[in-house]
Amino acid sequence: MKKTTFFGAVAAATMTAGFAAAGTLDDVKAKGFLQCGVSTGLAGFSAADANGNWDGFDVAVCRAVAAAVLGDPQAVKFTPTTGKTRFTALASGEIDMLARNTTWTFSRDVDLKFTFIGVNYYDGQGFMVPKELGVSSAKDLDGATVCIQTGTTTELNLADFFRSNNISYEPVPIETNAEAQQQYLAGACDVYTTDASGLAATRATFENPDDHALLPEIISKEPLGPLVRHGDDQWADIGRWVLNALIAAEELGITSANVKESAMAAGNNPEINRLLGTEGNLGEQLGLSADFAKNAIAAGGNYGEIFARHIGESTPIGLARGLNAQWTDGGLIYAPPFR
Amino acid sequence: MSATTDPPKDGFQLSQLIYDTRYRSMTIQIVALVLFLLGVGWLLNNAAQNLAALGKPLSFGFLGEAAGYDINQKLIEYNNQMSHGRAALVGVLNTLLVAVLGCILATVLGVVIGVLRLSNNWVVARLMTVYIESFRNVPVLLWIVLTMAIFIESFPAPRAFRGENASASMSLWDSVALTNRGLYIPKPELYSGSTAVIVVFLLSIVGIFVFGTWSRKRQEATGQILPNFWIKLAIFFVPTLLVYFILGRPIGLELPELKGFNFQGGIYMRNSLIALTLALGLYTAAFVAENVRAGIMAVSKGQSEAAFALGLSPNRTMNLIILPQALRVIIPPLISQYLNLTKNSSLAIAVGYMDITGTLGGITLNQTGKEMECLLILMAIYLAISLLISSVMNWYNESVKLRER
Repeated sequence: MKKTTFFGAVAAATMTAGFAAAGTLDDVKAKGFLQCGVSTGLAGFSAADANGNWDGFDVAVCRAVAAAVLGDPQAVKFTPTTGKTRFTALASGEIDMLARNTTWTFSRDVDLKFTFIGVNYYDGQGFMVPKELGVSSAKDLDGATVCIQTGTTTELNLADFFRSNNISYEPVPIETNAEAQQQYLAGACDVYTTDASGLAATRATFENPDDHALLPEIISKEPLGPLVRHGDDQWADIGRWVLNALIAAEELGITSANVKESAMAAGNNPEINRLLGTEGNLGEQLGLSADFAKNAIAAGGNYGEIFARHIGESTPIGLARGLNAQWTDGGLIYAPPFR
Repeated sequence: MSATTDPPKDGFQLSQLIYDTRYRSMTIQIVALVLFLLGVGWLLNNAAQNLAALGKPLSFGFLGEAAGYDINQKLIEYNNQMSHGRAALVGVLNTLLVAVLGCILATVLGVVIGVLRLSNNWVVARLMTVYIESFRNVPVLLWIVLTMAIFIESFPAPRAFRGENASASMSLWDSVALTNRGLYIPKPELYSGSTAVIVVFLLSIVGIFVFGTWSRKRQEATGQILPNFWIKLAIFFVPTLLVYFILGRPIGLELPELKGFNFQGGIYMRNSLIALTLALGLYTAAFVAENVRAGIMAVSKGQSEAAFALGLSPNRTMNLIILPQALRVIIPPLISQYLNLTKNSSLAIAVGYMDITGTLGGITLNQTGKEMECLLILMAIYLAISLLISSVMNWYNESVKLRER
């Protein structure tokens, strides 16, 4: 009896292993939802509301991919991850995709075996200090106590910055943004450092945001983007081209308001036709339906709409487009051609 | 006529492995062992195959590469250009530090609370019951987070000490600063001539032991009891202080001073270290107290009655009769409490204390992506520390246990 159970377990395990080796696309279609890793809560990027619905700039990418693959932007289950747990969650297959303001670096791409499917926010590491300290430059921070989120590129940048400027500091490693906020507001650290967008988002939730200043120095390049595991190129292509579709849609003037209309019949612009599936077979080449991009855009609008709704200047977070404007407006956001 | 039944003479048959009681248990054990080894082998093979499929074969080379991150509390020299291995070592020492401090706190508190819980004073005994039950029945992680939150929110930030009308000030003649970043205390500074003071101090500690032995022998021979405690206290303080003042106070104090963002100088005990030690110590003390209570109650009542009949005071009865016998019952479960405390210290990252889980199992794991390797090393380190603690404590247990002849 024992033996039977054992071999049964072995057989079951082997089958599961074989199943996992099949494409992520088939997995997602089979279970009927996308498992997406997001942060544990960063206003504007990914945060759950009182009803447990996730919303935000990073969450919108997950919803667009779910809409493109499954036709339903709500078919997403979210896994909150910390800076420390996110890579293990992705590498182990617990999540299908990670959209958690994660910096694209060489070692994460090559050594940790992940594929970044693009950049949805160009960022850099900044510092936030209380105005009453009277600090105007990061170089004045000699001897300061600095709160950092552990398991991120920021702690390496910080070490490099203080070493190259030959000044000392006291790092306080923190697991989540919420804890960092508590320590910073209580004065247990003088400075809070993370990506400038994250600082702006955190400051927006303070009682008196005006008592805190972001220092002018941006000490690193932090291209943030969604990522998937190495080795499943089809799945990586899907993620990459859904993101590009959102970006191209803004460039081509397709919004959540007019996407349905534009997708009804082929129009004059061949690129729009190819993007929305009224011409050519781009969706089929990806292994998706012809209207995948239409669904993705209908889910939350184009890149510009998503930006404006979650983190743009009209929101409490109030980030300007800056580097994240379309290339036609002098920014870095640029989608390769759909053809 | 012989009553013995000889085993059948005809040779060994395979079916005997199952039907013959002499071989059956052996057969079952061998089959179980083979199955177990197969299971382990399958797990290992599975892990190796999956790692290979991910393109991440097991390798420990990353331990020699530059770590690139800083650690706030370091007991040995470390900077971000040193290796991941060195960072792990810094973490191990931090783990050991908090484990040792926590064990000392837990033992002292636990013994006191355990004895007090048996007190005849109703209020004291009930208070101790409340303490034990509330600490034992709430997860230690919550105690750690709570201690840290109280620490951060209730003490002033260093910047409150600044300026003409500062809202906070240093205590104990401006020598100690208690901030929400930690405790700054004076650090001894050694000038020339300080060696003599230290040597005298060490000699007087030896003197205390010599005096103790002599006094015990004297008591056994004559039956007279000296005021041992006061004499030992005098030996502890008088010679050292005499030499200290005769040599013109060769040991000074470096006081912490507010400079820039933080206090500088003195010894800095971080809020994370204090909060973690307190939480672990208070939590484990509740368990130790129960062990102590069990140990004391295990000593038969006749022992204390006999001591009282001999005219010993309650204090002496506790110290000379009850506790030495209770120790035999207390030590074995105490070992496992020490092990628990050490293992619970891996929750340190909740308050940002850089123990081995925070360095090797945290930042190093995250930056290098070597999950399997880091976790294997981490487990090996905890195993080694635990085995070390239990062997030391077992050795101590040997020395206090009942000598049976």
